[in-house]
Amino acid sequence: MRTPPYLVSTRTRTSTFGAIAAACLVVVAIVLPAFAGRGLIQDLFFIFTMLVLAQFWNLLAGYGGLVSVGQQAFVGFGAYMLFGSVILWGLNPIAALLLSGVGALLLAIPTAFFAFRLQGAYFAIGTWVVAEVARLVVAQWRSVGGGTGTSMPREAREVMWGVTWIQSVFDVRDSAARDILAYWLALALLVATIGGIYWLLRTKRGLALAAVRDNMEAAKSVGVDAARMKWMVFLIAAFGTGLAGGLIFLQNGRISPDSAFSVIDWTAFVIFIVVIGGIGTIEGPIIGVLVFFALQTLFADYGSWYLIALGGIGIVIMLFAPRGLWGLISDKSGIQLFPIRRRLSGGKLADRSKPSREE
Amino acid sequence: MIWVDTIVQGILLGGLYALFAAGLSLVFGIMRLVNLAHGDLIVLAAYLLLVIVSMLGLNPFVAALVAMPVMFAIGYGLQRFVLNRVLGADILPPLLVTFGLSVVIQNVLQEGFSADSRRIPAGTLETASLPIGPVTVGLMPLLTLLSAIGVILALQWLFYRTSLGRAFRATSDDPVTAGLMGIKPQRVFAQATGIAMVVVTIAALYLGTRSNFDPTIGPARLIYAFEAVIIGGLGSLWGTLAGGIIIGVAQTLGAAINPEWQILAGHLAFLLVLLVRPRGLFPRAND
Amino acid sequence: MALLETHGLTAHYGDFQALFGVDIRLDQGECVAIIGANGAGKSSLLRSLSGVLRQEPGMVLLDGRPIGALPADDIVALGISMVPEGRRLFPSLSVEENLMIGAYRSSGNGAWDLDAVYGMFPMLKERRTAPGNALSGGQQQMVAIGRALMSNPRVLLCDELSLGLAPVIIRDIYAALPRIRQAGASVIIVEQDIGQALKVADRVYCMMEGKVTLEGTPEELSRDAIHKAYFGVAA
Repeated sequence: MRTPPYLVSTRTRTSTFGAIAAACLVVVAIVLPAFAGRGLIQDLFFIFTMLVLAQFWNLLAGYGGLVSVGQQAFVGFGAYMLFGSVILWGLNPIAALLLSGVGALLLAIPTAFFAFRLQGAYFAIGTWVVAEVARLVVAQWRSVGGGTGTSMPREAREVMWGVTWIQSVFDVRDSAARDILAYWLALALLVATIGGIYWLLRTKRGLALAAVRDNMEAAKSVGVDAARMKWMVFLIAAFGTGLAGGLIFLQNGRISPDSAFSVIDWTAFVIFIVVIGGIGTIEGPIIGVLVFFALQTLFADYGSWYLIALGGIGIVIMLFAPRGLWGLISDKSGIQLFPIRRRLSGGKLADRSKPSREE
Repeated sequence: MIWVDTIVQGILLGGLYALFAAGLSLVFGIMRLVNLAHGDLIVLAAYLLLVIVSMLGLNPFVAALVAMPVMFAIGYGLQRFVLNRVLGADILPPLLVTFGLSVVIQNVLQEGFSADSRRIPAGTLETASLPIGPVTVGLMPLLTLLSAIGVILALQWLFYRTSLGRAFRATSDDPVTAGLMGIKPQRVFAQATGIAMVVVTIAALYLGTRSNFDPTIGPARLIYAFEAVIIGGLGSLWGTLAGGIIIGVAQTLGAAINPEWQILAGHLAFLLVLLVRPRGLFPRAND
Repeated sequence: MALLETHGLTAHYGDFQALFGVDIRLDQGECVAIIGANGAGKSSLLRSLSGVLRQEPGMVLLDGRPIGALPADDIVALGISMVPEGRRLFPSLSVEENLMIGAYRSSGNGAWDLDAVYGMFPMLKERRTAPGNALSGGQQQMVAIGRALMSNPRVLLCDELSLGLAPVIIRDIYAALPRIRQAGASVIIVEQDIGQALKVADRVYCMMEGKVTLEGTPEELSRDAIHKAYFGVAA
């Protein structure tokens, strides 16, 4: 049997190495609660959930060309679906998490219906309007606390699946056990998010997505249904963002319209993470969230000055290194951990005057 | 009778929103740029007016005349040195840069003036009112609407009667060919943003004298402005005024039913127009 | 000294090189035609002269002064204006405004103003308030020429005046050329229509694949030589 003379592949040596390293990291992360203190678990929870939000925003803006500044709509609505179903229907909070995603998905349908009527930059503000409408409507919802918000009922927290098991295995108090549970869920969501987005980008759909982003007219002419791609990306991002929102406020234990629909926390920070790390790559948000967490830990006490610096850094990066930190690293080293570009190897590529087409 | 009064107040409020929107509309019309920091620039101008009024003891209207050249320079410089670098086919860089700018302006104001809400003192004008037919109209709201109409007339004149206006339209059509006419697109864009900031100063004058403001209220003003622009139809200045009035009337009607519904009613009116007339009420023909 | 000349002019679009060391000259009062097939580099040459494409300073000289690196808007101010390929009128501007914007950087001294342009193309006056793109192709070309003249240029660059126009319209448009030259402009025309070019030009450059392959007065050049320079093969 003859081997094919050439091979189309997206894998590189570093990406193979990266995959093995990532698998080891995930295993370490799973068993980490056995060794780590509660503070570290909480920090990692924050990092993981912000990274999930960043990956979905990056999918929207970096790959889908949909610059949304209204993602807080899905965080907030997802979180409120969780609190609403727990408080009103007595659902187990872990089961209710799924409703966070579904609720955000349902909200995304009318949102897309309106916002897709707006072109380019106006789409951005359109999503913001929808988020404001969602916030104002939710603030009228008395049974979950109206404008002032509410807390997760004690009974609901006590019946959360898995908490007693974690308590007995790790020998911790119930509040620490709930943190560990939330941490594991965030880890699972993160792995599913990165894995899912990476898989999506490597499929034919993913290629079509890049084509739509780069040139909508040309993509249409080769048969890519641009409108359908946009819908798909928008709905996926809303579902994932809603799940993350539910999880964040499950761990938080308290919710209010202003915190759940905060444009700074759930969109501005997320945009900075993606921009600083490098938009349009999977690696970028990972770097970005680490930089963001470091800045947050070191400078969050400085309040306004911290936000001024963050905004300033975002502007400077956009002006002088629009592909972010990962762009700089990748250009210098040629490293790609999540390669999606298809490469041709083998065959008679060196002899370009006689392209080989043998089967 | 109370409904007539509510609608009249809404129309007058619409004048304020039209002032918020006129600068946004101007900049978008010429360079297809959406400035997400527009609302924060209005708030910045309001603080500038506050400083001039309190330090020099000037009347707010005179202070606005002093602030206008300062805001023009800020707009010119912002466009020349920052925004011109990111203009292009890709909408992402200008959006992200202006979003970053929005966060920076809000927090600089927070640092400089604290989070307390302020108001520009306008003396007896604040409470002056005059009866027009069956309703009593506040003098400041009336001046706001008249200023909005004045601003739109002035921008129309600038656009259609002056050499600079022709350069604006030509550059908007085709910057390369505009260059062949001796027009420097980069400079024209900077002038346009400068003029938009003069309009922003006028908007800030009424924002700051009519109600309290604090560093965080910019984004909401951006959203009202944006809604007015979309309702009116992109690039139509009179449409922008109509859009502002629709938002204003919807808000006062909503507030008359339940004070908590004021803002929501404005947004819902916007979504309704978007549903029925996606291109706005007065869309420009050649877009 | 030539009014306008190029020295070893090269032009690139990314990796693609469009011009390979072009040397041409235009003397005061002259009309020079540049002919060549599609893709010969004629338009790249005009775009380099007008500043739409920016090159090394010394590659383009006006009165011996290097201007090759200046942007288009500065080139106009120095007295070189262009009638771009495809007219490129501003659709948001009326016919009259299209003409007026041609004088954006000029002080208003010189032979050409609105009245002079309307005098040359009377039908434009009737349509002065129409939007630029509501006119027929020939009328649009007249506006584009008038617009370029409004800056009272010393050098007028005309890119493919005859493109897409009926022969009778082309004749009308070229009928304006003597008057333009009389008023003081030296002219470079780029043409695919060789017959038209030979009729109006004092000198002709023929280009192929980014190089000048032939130069001379219309009388000197045989059809055979032109054909060879145009297509690169003997007829």
